[in-house]
Amino acid sequence: MAVNRMFRVCPTSGLKFHQPAEALMKVNAVAAVVALLVGGILAIGVTLTRWQALHLLNPEWFYLFLTAHGLNMLVYWIIFFEIAVLYFASSTLLGCRLATPRMAWAAFGLMVVGALTNNYAVFRGDSSVMFTSYAPMGAHPLFYLGLILFAVGALVACFVFFGTLVVARTEKTYVGSVPLVTFGAITAAIIAVFTIASGAIILIPTFLWSLGLINHVDSLMYRTVWWAFGHSSQQINVAAHVSIWYAIAAIVFGAKPLSEKVSRGAFFLYILFLQLASAHHLLADPGLTSNWKIFNTSYAMYLAVLASMVHGLTVPGAIEVAQRKKGFTKGLFEWLRKAPWGNPIFAGMFISLIGFGFLGGISGVMMGTEQLNLIIHNTIYVPGHFHATVVVGTTLAFMAITYFLIPVLFRRKMMFEGLAKYQVYLFGLGMSSFALFMMGAGTLGVPRRHWDMGFANALLPWEFPGTAWLMMALMGISAIVAFVGGAIYLLITVCSVFLGKRIQTPGFQHVSAHEGIAPLPASLAPEPELHPVGMGVAGFVAPGTFVLAIIFLVSFVLYYFVNWKYLSTVWPLS
Amino acid sequence: MSAIQPPTSRYWWKQPLDRVEGTWIAIALVWCLIMFFMMPYWHIFGKQNLANEAFRTTPEAYQKRTQDMVDKYTVRTETDQKIPVVHPPAGSDVYLIARLWQWWPLLELEQGKTYRLHLMSMDWLHGFSLQPENINIEVHPGYDHIVTLTPTGAGTFGIVCNEYCGINHHNMASKIYVVP
Repeated sequence: MAVNRMFRVCPTSGLKFHQPAEALMKVNAVAAVVALLVGGILAIGVTLTRWQALHLLNPEWFYLFLTAHGLNMLVYWIIFFEIAVLYFASSTLLGCRLATPRMAWAAFGLMVVGALTNNYAVFRGDSSVMFTSYAPMGAHPLFYLGLILFAVGALVACFVFFGTLVVARTEKTYVGSVPLVTFGAITAAIIAVFTIASGAIILIPTFLWSLGLINHVDSLMYRTVWWAFGHSSQQINVAAHVSIWYAIAAIVFGAKPLSEKVSRGAFFLYILFLQLASAHHLLADPGLTSNWKIFNTSYAMYLAVLASMVHGLTVPGAIEVAQRKKGFTKGLFEWLRKAPWGNPIFAGMFISLIGFGFLGGISGVMMGTEQLNLIIHNTIYVPGHFHATVVVGTTLAFMAITYFLIPVLFRRKMMFEGLAKYQVYLFGLGMSSFALFMMGAGTLGVPRRHWDMGFANALLPWEFPGTAWLMMALMGISAIVAFVGGAIYLLITVCSVFLGKRIQTPGFQHVSAHEGIAPLPASLAPEPELHPVGMGVAGFVAPGTFVLAIIFLVSFVLYYFVNWKYLSTVWPLS
Repeated sequence: MSAIQPPTSRYWWKQPLDRVEGTWIAIALVWCLIMFFMMPYWHIFGKQNLANEAFRTTPEAYQKRTQDMVDKYTVRTETDQKIPVVHPPAGSDVYLIARLWQWWPLLELEQGKTYRLHLMSMDWLHGFSLQPENINIEVHPGYDHIVTLTPTGAGTFGIVCNEYCGINHHNMASKIYVVP
């Protein structure tokens, strides 16, 4: 069978799109947005129920909505989008054909069937077991089967990605090392393989148990192995959205990483240590020793936290250097003040970076500390944390890159471009305050996944303080702002992709790679001087970023020790 | 060249670290190590640590031990369901059952005294969330988890289930009385 070698060169970005890869990126991105739409509608039901003044849904529907919301957002929206990112980072950035497009279509098919099967099981009403589906609470067998099919599809897609890297290397479509963004995508894919393997190890026995073929699934074993899947899948997101930050810095500013070595080294630390974080979820569990908990939850002495702190510096640092080269050199922050805040691609990325670091990062490390976990475990602080990481961090980064992909990948004019400017702010700021108020309520003890904090039908009710109720109401109001932002994103994306004006390029045609793509330079040009002499302040090329980083560190240290202080006041226990 | 293109230098790993990155990595690493050492430090000098003591057992055995305690130390019953309120001696083993959708029995403890509190579920996972202290511990079926705790303030405290356990999860709440 002949290999499809047809490419097109994007006239605006100069990127080379392989025809089958382009189609696959499109369908995966569209499937992702459909999942986001479903998950978003469910989110409205969940939030407006937890805001007890409205208390929208009855308990059956609430727990069902919450289960489906978690799955559609955390699994289907994010992983479909990530598969599109993987194909983009391999085929498009390396300018090579996608390996085995048919396998990639099969992978997509499996993922769609899996997602539908799993959703069907949930909407039947007998599988409201939450995203985590902790055994021995059981769901319908189709619930697990759907997840397994989806995971197999995702695994196949990861291997298509790895195969594409091999194709690029063999066909010599690039010289030297892969781009940093591709390196980040490789990190994400390696973590994905680990994640999916863990998922298989726990979900296949649980599926057999739900069919009655296995008679017992131990609850602690389930939690231990399940989190190697559940948490690691969020680490795929971290690697993916950090890659997107770098990509947006490059696209919008032409920013070059401060040093390839540091950024790649940080990604490498993710590969080595990030998965250990799944132990965070087991800090309040019996049967595991403190030694095990301390080593694992510190990601082996916080080496993965170190990596994120490095990315948090190098991404804005690269932007600062690029801006300073353009002449924005006044003071510490002219580069940031004069940044294109009206461009949703940049604004979305920057809010994602700040929200992920300040809200998600700091709260995550706090919760992941063995003893501090005692005062927040399973409170609504936890979803507060992960809405800061997965929604403000990952989802907003994906939204930002979408605004780049609509003209470049889908070749459509963006509709409602004026609205897009406000969308990232509405969503980013709404979601950030949503997360913050959840954390506030969690500090006051409000449980997560709970239909009634008023305990109206409980025999021995507990009365939460008024502040906790206020926090939950503020959470509801912030959520409405975020919903508006999310709805605008969906409106822009769906309308542009399906109804947007096609971008026509005169004389456009796909060309075969053998004839069309310009040959690469035989060798690399000599290294240009890295940074102009005298740039920055006191030998610091990015002094503004450094100041921001120090502000971050100070907030981190203060918040961390405030929590130890608070812990020291609760009942002694050992 | 930017992050979406291959590095311009073939030997990019030889590029020396610039000052802003080097300084930040050093600071961040020190902070990471401080955070790491806080955990062992608190085990030695802090008062709030989760015990490593847990045993595998069966619901029947656990139920029996709880019943023995209830038979010996019940001081009164509460609510229409006549849930026993147990006042065990200081320093003793205190059993609390978590089951769909109830904590059983009710406990009455003395302020400033230390108890060995056992936590286990009879069925699914539950979450022991002591309010307003906000101490939260996962409760597993089959694992008898022993937490040595000392109530420091008198009053009525709440126990809320904060691990989702099905349709009546939100009604699973109870109390601990602490008497001076």
